[in-house]
Amino acid sequence: MAQEALTYASATELSISLKTAEISSVELTEACIDAIAAHNGTVNAVVTLCEESALAEAKAADLKLRDGSAGPLTGIPLLHKDIFCTRNVATTCASKMLANFVPPYDATVVSRLRTAGTVMLGKTNMDEFAMGSSTETSVFGVTRNPWDLNCVPGGSSGGAAAAVAAGFAPLSTGTDTGGSIRQPASLCGITGLKPTYGRVSRLGIIAFASSLDQAGPMTRTVDDAALMLQAMSGVDAGDSTSADLDVPDFTAGLNQPIAGLKIGIPREYFNHNLDQRVANKIHEALNELVKEGAELVDIDLPHTEQGIATYYIIAPAEASTNLSRYDGVRFGHRCDSPQNLTDLYERSRSEGFGEEVQRRILVGTYALSAGFYDAYFKKAQQVRRLIS
Amino acid sequence: MPTIPADVLSVAQLARLRIDETALDDVTDRFSRTLELVAQLEEVDTEGVTPMSNPHDMHQRLRADMVTESNQREALQKTAPSVADGFFLVPKVID
Repeated sequence: MAQEALTYASATELSISLKTAEISSVELTEACIDAIAAHNGTVNAVVTLCEESALAEAKAADLKLRDGSAGPLTGIPLLHKDIFCTRNVATTCASKMLANFVPPYDATVVSRLRTAGTVMLGKTNMDEFAMGSSTETSVFGVTRNPWDLNCVPGGSSGGAAAAVAAGFAPLSTGTDTGGSIRQPASLCGITGLKPTYGRVSRLGIIAFASSLDQAGPMTRTVDDAALMLQAMSGVDAGDSTSADLDVPDFTAGLNQPIAGLKIGIPREYFNHNLDQRVANKIHEALNELVKEGAELVDIDLPHTEQGIATYYIIAPAEASTNLSRYDGVRFGHRCDSPQNLTDLYERSRSEGFGEEVQRRILVGTYALSAGFYDAYFKKAQQVRRLIS
Repeated sequence: MPTIPADVLSVAQLARLRIDETALDDVTDRFSRTLELVAQLEEVDTEGVTPMSNPHDMHQRLRADMVTESNQREALQKTAPSVADGFFLVPKVID
C-alpha cells in the first residue's frame, strides 16, 4: 500500500491487510509516525510521541499476526487522549498542574486496548482538564482543524479528532462529559460516540465530572467504532460505577438493512439556535435514511432547553470536588518556597490551573457551598431527572 | 447572588484559589453571567422530584473488604513534589 492509503485506511481495512501480510504492523506504525512528523508541526494534535515503544509493540504484534493469535485490533496504531493515565508515559491533561506527572499505572481503557494488541503511538492534545469545546485552553497551545487550519477542531478531545482526520492514526480514544467526543468528531468529519454511562471503566481517566465522564472511540468509520468500543467495554472491579452488564457484539448490527427502523427526531433540537446550514445537512441525512426505508418519528424532549443550565451547575460542582486533590502535596505542580500550608495550596493551585479551570472551580464551589446547595446543586439534580 | 468582587473572593478562598487583583473584575463579571444563565432553573417546577446524582438505574456495587493490592508506596510517591522516609512533606503547620 502507498503511504497515503496506509494512513487514511480504516482499522477494519488495515486489519485485513495485516492478516494477509500485505503490510506489517511495523510498516503501518512507521507510516503513522512519518505522518505525525510531517504535519504535527501545523496541526499540533499529538503532545507526546512514543516512537520507540510503539515500534517495539508493533514488532510484537507482527509476531502474533504470524502465529495466528491475532485479534481484530492486533497491530493497529492508536493515540490516547492525554487524560488517560499511561504507565511511565507523561499524562498532563494539557495542564501546567500535571506537566510533570508520570502515572505509575495504566487506565483500564489503556490496558484493555493494549491487551487487544493495539500499538500506542502517543498522547493527544485537549482542552485543559477537558474543560472546553475548542482545544484552545491547552498548555501545549491550540490544535488546528486539519481540514482548515484557520478553524478549531472542536474539543475537548480536539487533538484526538484532528489526529484521526489528519492521518496520524486510525483510532483515538476520547472522553465525553458534555460533548467532548461528539462535537470534535463532528467538526473534524470523523466518527465518535459517547457510550452509555457505565459501559466503559473510568479507572485511570483523570476525573472532571464523575457522574458524566465517559470514554469512547474516535475513528474513521462506524465499523471501527464498534470494534474499538468492543475492546474498551465491560465491567471493571476498579470502577464501582462501571455497569455489570453483558457486552453485546457491537459489530452484529452493522451493515444490515435499515428498512422498518423507527428513528426518533427530537423536535426541540431544531430550534432557533440551530444554524440553518447545519439543519439543512441534518435534513439531507434524514432524507437518506427515509430513502433506505427508515421511519422518522417526531418525539418530544420537553426539558431540552434546561440542559445547558443544568450542566453548568452539575459539571463544575463535581469538578470543584474532583480538582480539590491538586493541592501541591502528593502530585502535580507545587509553588516555590511556600510560606505555610494555605500558601502552598493557594499558590500551587492558582499557578497550576488555567483561567477556564479556575472559573469552573469557582462556580462549582459556590453551587456546593452552605446556603446555596439546595438552590443550585440539588435543583440542578432535580432538573436532571426531568431531562432524563 | 454574588455579583460583587468581595463575594467572589470569599468563594475563591473556599476553593483555595488566589485571584489576581487585576483579573478580579473580569472574573466577577464572568461568574455573574454564569449565575444569570443558570437562573432559568428556578422556573422549572421540581416539587417532589428526587434529585438524580448519577445516571445508573442500579445500585453501586460494594466489594468485599479485603486487601487486594500490595504496597506500592515508592512507585506512588515518585510523582510527589517532596517526600522523606515515606512521608509527604509540607510546610511546618505547628510551631
